[in-house]
Amino acid sequence: MGLTHSSTGLGAVSSELVIKRNGNERVIAVAGNPNVGKSTLFNAITGMKQHTGNWPGKTVANAVGFYKSEKHSYIFVDIPGTYSLFAHSPEEEIARDFICSASSETVVAVCDATCLERSLNLVLQILEIKSNVIVCVNLLDEAKRKGIEIDLKLLEKRLGVAVVGTVARKKKSIKGLIKRLDESVENSKKRAYTVVYPQKIEEACERISTFISPKESFNARWAAARLLCGDFRVLQGFCEQEKLTITEATRQVKAELEEEGLNEQKCEEMIASSVVFSAEAVCNGAVFETKKKYSQRDRKIDKILTGKAVGYPVMILLLLFVFWLTISGANYFSEILSFLFSKAENFLNEILISIKTPNEIRSFLVEGVFRVPAWVVSVMLPPMMVFFPLFTLLEDLGYLPRIAFNLDKPFKKCKSCGKQALTMCMGFGCNAAGVVGARIVDSKRERLLAIITNSLVPCNGRFPAIIAIISMFFVAGVGAFGGLASSVILTLVILFGVGVTFLSTKLLSETLLKGEPSSYTLELPPYRRPQILRVIIRSVFDRTVFVLGRALVAAVPAGAVIWIMANVTVGGQSLLLIAADFLDPLARLMGLDGVILIAFILGLPANEIVLPIIIMAYLSNDAIVDAFSVEQMREILTLNGWNSVTAICTITFFLFHWPCSTTLMTIKKETNSLKWTAVSLLFPTVIGAVLCITINLIARAIGA
Amino acid sequence: MKSLCELAVGESGKIKRVLAKENMRRRFLDIGLVENTLVCCVGKSPSGDPKAYLIRGAVIAIRSDDCCDILIEEQGMGDCYGSNT
Repeated sequence: MGLTHSSTGLGAVSSELVIKRNGNERVIAVAGNPNVGKSTLFNAITGMKQHTGNWPGKTVANAVGFYKSEKHSYIFVDIPGTYSLFAHSPEEEIARDFICSASSETVVAVCDATCLERSLNLVLQILEIKSNVIVCVNLLDEAKRKGIEIDLKLLEKRLGVAVVGTVARKKKSIKGLIKRLDESVENSKKRAYTVVYPQKIEEACERISTFISPKESFNARWAAARLLCGDFRVLQGFCEQEKLTITEATRQVKAELEEEGLNEQKCEEMIASSVVFSAEAVCNGAVFETKKKYSQRDRKIDKILTGKAVGYPVMILLLLFVFWLTISGANYFSEILSFLFSKAENFLNEILISIKTPNEIRSFLVEGVFRVPAWVVSVMLPPMMVFFPLFTLLEDLGYLPRIAFNLDKPFKKCKSCGKQALTMCMGFGCNAAGVVGARIVDSKRERLLAIITNSLVPCNGRFPAIIAIISMFFVAGVGAFGGLASSVILTLVILFGVGVTFLSTKLLSETLLKGEPSSYTLELPPYRRPQILRVIIRSVFDRTVFVLGRALVAAVPAGAVIWIMANVTVGGQSLLLIAADFLDPLARLMGLDGVILIAFILGLPANEIVLPIIIMAYLSNDAIVDAFSVEQMREILTLNGWNSVTAICTITFFLFHWPCSTTLMTIKKETNSLKWTAVSLLFPTVIGAVLCITINLIARAIGA
Repeated sequence: MKSLCELAVGESGKIKRVLAKENMRRRFLDIGLVENTLVCCVGKSPSGDPKAYLIRGAVIAIRSDDCCDILIEEQGMGDCYGSNT
């Protein structure tokens, strides 16, 4: 259900799989095709809050959760969705490695009831390696709506392993799964369905597997079939001597097959076809469709959301609509919060005075440590509380892959692919999450493009600040239409960011990351009705925790630092003024001032604190006491020389500057290269600086 | 024989040969694009490329460049709203 606290910010960085066992917990892998509800099932069982949403590829790393049934303790591992065990992209490799490894005792293979045959394709491949498998036919409610009925008993009989039906959104249906899980760990003897290959392939596998010494939890026949397809990675873990023998045997068998006209490619096709047709056979007579044309409604929605004439306009209108709701909704919360905070500040002041705190310490605590986080919360939180639920609703509905579908052609022209649009959508929430999300892009070159350009989309730490500046400087006096005017301007700002993303992608593809666009397949999932109330409650709660967390971790120390800088004097001048004066010439050239630039630098740990730092730094020179409302902030800014050019340049720099430190750490981790981290830091910064200078010079020339 | 990318929206065809290159061929096999699979073109993006195909119950977007070397046998206007097994 949308980006969650644990999938954004620092949570996005620590995505390595560590399974801590303290006793006899059993490790269960939750595997399946993309977008069949693995994460929802995982959350329902373990009570965790993994990011869920209706699009393939949002789980890009393993996640671990615990569950204790009446009889056993389990460690569940949520792994990225995959179509097969022949890995293509990094996230699929993660999935395959974990399923194949001995560390997963039982695999819960999650299937999509509305698309069972395709799901079984993977299940049959898993059954080739593991016998301890529980097939979980999920999304039964959706199948029912579409008039698809499934004979689970017959499936169980045919597959030879436990088959359970679930509706992961409803916790009740999990019970059956847990019951079967308890049974299966107690009695693991199974005769699972085996895919039969064509005669020639079977014989070849037989011959190769005689050279593979039997090992626990390693299926020699499966390995032999993989070797026939040229996948030698299955030999990892064998000693050199054995590797040589097996490789030699494989070569000989393959040479003989080739003489009969069966080359590697043909073998692979035959093996893959056997699995596909077996899945077809297993489903035959077990799946009934009572309603014809069940996806007609989806195709009609697609005509609007991806239609030739309307696809792009609808996309922009939706963006505008979301921003309009965000801005008008946020005003409400903002007013309440700023009222509360100014009351709280007075209260805090009075207490500190009454207990006779020295004046310096009182000022440090109230004007430094309290104010900056209070501003962060009152300016940044309200837009997020509205934006996030809306964004999550679109995500759960299944709109995100349509954006990728619509934008694939333009991205292809920039030598990238539509999946980059998905990473940008994630970037709206958190650039660190966007960078990790880039794992869904198969080609390494295109993945780097997505990572480097991700911060050109303003994350949730930045666009509330942009909203605040817009409403302070550009819509004053518009009256009742202020909210709409702000959202139009914000939409234009975001579209500008998207435009620059396209240009940058193109530029990088012609210079640092030369190459041709790779191939691309993307599943467009059926539209699903979001659980509106749950989404709203969950994402409001989650955002609040996230913003408050950032406010505490980044804003409190920043508030303290800025207070000290403003109050410690050297030669009659405060450190803040000295630093600001030093940066001033460069900042002025960019249409900003020294204070703004310092705020951006101090804002490296979290963009949320940039605007509060600016205001606080100005306040340390002025006598205004209370400044929690937009109107008062505007006054302070104009008193300190802000005009519309300053506002435009600040917005531009908000849009294009260095990514926050968390994002940089994530980039370092994902690319494993200092060079690309540096590029990701410098690239947006240079864009921002050049744009600001240009805007400023043009404004000066026309005398604005 | 026609290729998959030549299917217009609403038309369907039966896969005859998948001639795609290494990586792409594997992807196609994964999603069940093997000989004799019925495929229907169910939509296209605003710019006309990629198109969306109904393949074994799932809708998958593929670029024309990538599926021009998949040969099909035309089946005329197909049932593109599911139940195509």
